[in-house]
Amino acid sequence: MIPEQPLPAAPCVDALLSARARAWRPGSPTPVRHEEIFAASGDAGGAALALALACDRMKEDERPFLWVQDKAALRLSGRPYRPGMPPGLRHRLVHVVADRAEDALFALEEGLRCRDLAFVIGELTGNPRALSFTASRRLSLAAERHGVPLWLVRLDAQRDLGSARMRWAVRSARSPAPGWNPQAPGTPSWRVELFRARNHPPGEWILCDDGGNLSACPSTGAGRAGPVLGPESARPAPVEGRAHG
Amino acid sequence: MPPRRILAIWLARLAIDRWERAEGCGTAPLALIAETAHGPRIAAVNAAGFAAGAGAGMMLADARTLCPQMVAVPDDPAGTRAFLERLALWAQRWGPWSAIDPPDGLLVDVTAVAHLFGGEERLLADAQSRLAQVGLAARLAIAPTAGAAWALAHHGPPAAILAPDDDAVARLSPLPVAALRLDDDVLLVLRRLGLKRLGDVRGIARDALARRFRSRHAPSANPLLRMDQLLGRVPEPLLPVLAEEEPLVQRRLMEPIRHRPLLDQVLADLAADMARLLEGRGEGARRLECGLWRVDGEVVLRQIELAAATRDAAHIARLFAARLDDVDAGFGIELVRLRSAWTQPLALSQEDFEAAAEQHGTSLAACIDRLSVRLGEGAIRRPVPRASHIPERAQAWQNTLEPEPSSQGELTFHARPLKLLDRAEPIAVLYATPDGLPRRYRWRGGVHEIVRAEGPERIAPEWWRERSTARLRDYYRIEDGEGRRYWIYRLGLAGDGRGGLPEWFMQGLYA
Repeated sequence: MIPEQPLPAAPCVDALLSARARAWRPGSPTPVRHEEIFAASGDAGGAALALALACDRMKEDERPFLWVQDKAALRLSGRPYRPGMPPGLRHRLVHVVADRAEDALFALEEGLRCRDLAFVIGELTGNPRALSFTASRRLSLAAERHGVPLWLVRLDAQRDLGSARMRWAVRSARSPAPGWNPQAPGTPSWRVELFRARNHPPGEWILCDDGGNLSACPSTGAGRAGPVLGPESARPAPVEGRAHG
Repeated sequence: MPPRRILAIWLARLAIDRWERAEGCGTAPLALIAETAHGPRIAAVNAAGFAAGAGAGMMLADARTLCPQMVAVPDDPAGTRAFLERLALWAQRWGPWSAIDPPDGLLVDVTAVAHLFGGEERLLADAQSRLAQVGLAARLAIAPTAGAAWALAHHGPPAAILAPDDDAVARLSPLPVAALRLDDDVLLVLRRLGLKRLGDVRGIARDALARRFRSRHAPSANPLLRMDQLLGRVPEPLLPVLAEEEPLVQRRLMEPIRHRPLLDQVLADLAADMARLLEGRGEGARRLECGLWRVDGEVVLRQIELAAATRDAAHIARLFAARLDDVDAGFGIELVRLRSAWTQPLALSQEDFEAAAEQHGTSLAACIDRLSVRLGEGAIRRPVPRASHIPERAQAWQNTLEPEPSSQGELTFHARPLKLLDRAEPIAVLYATPDGLPRRYRWRGGVHEIVRAEGPERIAPEWWRERSTARLRDYYRIEDGEGRRYWIYRLGLAGDGRGGLPEWFMQGLYA
């Protein structure tokens, strides 16, 4: 039997490992229920990233989900199109159109309080007065109390004060060239920046959604791409428990 | 089994009787008129008008020349019909079921019930006197079939009874052919053939009649069929009128209420009453109407519709609370009434307590109800596939809880965008050759280079639906220099003879 001996460099390695573990990667379990995504309106990247993150986090959930859009978001970035959605989500969409930001926030909160919904996606344009820090905090609390995650897509918005636990900025990125036709657009890719998060250090990645599998490469500059970080397979799949009470 | 007995009631002057019931009898000549393409035509006249020479079917102008002081009132056929339906329900006092015989008759099944009235003559006398009390002139008859009863009521002696063992043929033969309930054009044919009475029609060989009317399948156009129905040789199905009670609860208030908290309390009580009523019937409400009667006679109506049948009193009260914010109580509300206009069967189940909803969240149906009360009816929907090639028609929107219609699967090699603009936006596109790939586009004020493109995917117009000048669409998936992926199309081809140069549109946004 070999006696255990502490390695001299162990604290340093542990610190490195823990820092590494804390860095966000696709599929990492997270208690966060309220995320905010800033995107441009002429770009479906915001909603697409929200759907991709939702699919990534809740793979086995078969309940419907709510997608709330205000009128401006509907006009500028279009209406969800069922044949273009991920196959597992097509039949589960419940779509809500709200005239004003107040109504959209009401719909989001009602959705968060519904036990039959898997998750809620909101699309709001600009920085409406109704979406103050208080309103944002209400949404966070409702999401955490009922365990329904919320992805709030902010189109053409300033990064104002908000209580979302993770805040992203997303732009579309050049897609990898498909093998069979290099001239065609490839699998959806986005340049995402996590600029505020409670549990993870900020970072920037290029996310690639290949048929439901989200993979990330750290993005350090415009043209360079680092090694691909896939979803962690060694760990058990995250279990989405529901917080009662 | 006792022989079948049908009571036919012919309300010969129904429209005018109804008018006089409502407005009171007058001695002035009066006509109910219907607007036709050729001007007002008289639908019914009262006795004074008839004495003055007017009759149903006359033009009003003709009647006015005979009787200048004729009062003309618009006829109300829909109201008369509704009145007849209520009367049919009332007529079930003489038999277990009744049917409407439009436009002015009723049929009541009095099989084996006549002894309750002391015989069929007494039954007829009772019906006659009760209808007269209501103010309706009626002619009645009882016969083994609906056809025979109708014929005797319209064309036979008053209060005629055709007993089961009577010789029906002999009794009915003297009646005119109009007793067969035939259309006017068929009656005209019969009159031209010289057939005036039922006996004449029976005198013709059956084969000859069958051949003459072989192409007439509707009973009202085929004298042979009507004759068989009259004599009971073929069955004649009748559609009975069924009373449908709508659950209704109300509160009369001793002191008119003017303040919102009291109204909420009353509404909560009413919702609890309604829930109890619905539970007893094993039903749930889909549509509820709340009527508030004010002291000054004004009535405020509020209606809610629910996504799924429910009888949850707290839920109902909360939904109405959102709709009562703009009610002006005036001098006070003295009567509140809750009516469930549309109900569906709902099995008894464990009650969903409000505390449980708070603890475990609301159900999807309750969530949809709350959203639709605030955001409006059409705001919450879900997409379902529709059989169409045109992309924007390929999805339809329907209510959330309705079952999804069956559809063919989608083609997996089609790459469709995540979002579709409600209206495709025109864009300017630079291309190398008119049929070639696009190179650069201008959209919403910015010019963007197209780095990659795939296409065209040609979608032809749906010729079975669209006009012949509709142009085809060539769709391209493109990716611009910033990595944004779009779905654009060219409407038409250069020189396809369906318009000028092709135009380009931006329709979809890819993930």
